[in-house]
Amino acid sequence: MSVSIPAPRSQRIDPKYKRGPKSHGSFEKLAWLFMRLSGVVLIVLIFGHLFTNLMVGEGISGIGFGFVAGKWASPLWQFWDLALLWLAMLHGANGVRTVINDYAEKHATRAWLKGILYVATIFIIVLGSLVIFTFDPCVTGSQLQQCL
Amino acid sequence: MSTELPEPPSKIELKPGVGGGGEIPSFDITLRVRRFLPEATADAYWEDFKLTMYGTDRVLDALHKVKWEHDGSLSFRRSCAHGVCGSDAMRINGRNRLACKTLLKDLDTSKPITVEAIKGLPLEKDLIVDMEPFFQSYREIMPFLISKGHEPTKERYQSAEDHAKFDDTTKCILCAACTSSCPVFWTDGQYFGPAAIVNAHRFIFDSRDDAGDMRLEILNDKEGVWRCRTTFNCSEACPRGIQVTKAIAEVKQAILSRTV
Repeated sequence: MSVSIPAPRSQRIDPKYKRGPKSHGSFEKLAWLFMRLSGVVLIVLIFGHLFTNLMVGEGISGIGFGFVAGKWASPLWQFWDLALLWLAMLHGANGVRTVINDYAEKHATRAWLKGILYVATIFIIVLGSLVIFTFDPCVTGSQLQQCL
Repeated sequence: MSTELPEPPSKIELKPGVGGGGEIPSFDITLRVRRFLPEATADAYWEDFKLTMYGTDRVLDALHKVKWEHDGSLSFRRSCAHGVCGSDAMRINGRNRLACKTLLKDLDTSKPITVEAIKGLPLEKDLIVDMEPFFQSYREIMPFLISKGHEPTKERYQSAEDHAKFDDTTKCILCAACTSSCPVFWTDGQYFGPAAIVNAHRFIFDSRDDAGDMRLEILNDKEGVWRCRTTFNCSEACPRGIQVTKAIAEVKQAILSRTV
């Protein structure tokens, strides 16, 4: 007489350990360090940016095309804004990258989300850098004095 | 043959009604256990047990009462039952605790006390999980003394100051309460986890050990210390009170100061 015992319904846990292979290089260490260093620099850059735009002179009502044109006539503000753009974008993108790594569970989801993130980051950095360096205050119809 | 022993001189006569242990207060609790019986059902479910317990009882005693008097199919791990072996780590009211160190009277007994298996490791039955992934990452950090040169004839000397550097992390009992409380570990189980880093810390900062650099290199992995988000869940969960997040931060500092 034979008794058939149904197989257990739990998916048998594979005794093999499914950890990925060891990584090479120190990218994560450098990324961790970058977050801390760029964070400190960003505090200075952001509050300097907010102070000059909102507290000095006419404040928020003075901000316009002419105000930006005036600021970017000075190499200091060109450098300030470029540093702000690059550091904020890389800092933010790396933060979102770690969030994706922590929360996305499937490799494909991770790859897609990170792909979109990288494309968006590079696009904004390139576009922003181009605007800062090729900015021409004398667009058609400009009312600025030096263009008239 | 027995001889009557004289009364000890320290004996104090008490008036009736004074002293004594008195009656231990008893109270009714609802123990809500997350059951998973792979032979019977495909999904886990909650099961309530109404129990009368005493003020001296722990969650482990409640589980014993269920297993011995109500439902023998309830499965959980325990060995020493006194907070030393680290077998009975589980989620009690949503927090990782040792069932043998959690007194029922310290919990809110007016509401059901929930007991689940620890998270992030494959569930086998009821409160039992497969600990293999946990021990795999523990083995990877080489948790044993590696020394170079000649073996001393007597003992390996160490100053009290040198010992103090890693004294905290020697207390680990490998119960997995920290690793299974870590949200980064829950994601995909690839992160080394706090317990492995704590046990690496124990040897990295040991003056008698010579393989600190090797262990730091292992933990410099993309799944190593840099995945720690300092949420402090591990420090909160540790039944031995190890400052786990602090130990991880010290390993981060050691990696930076050695290689930058």
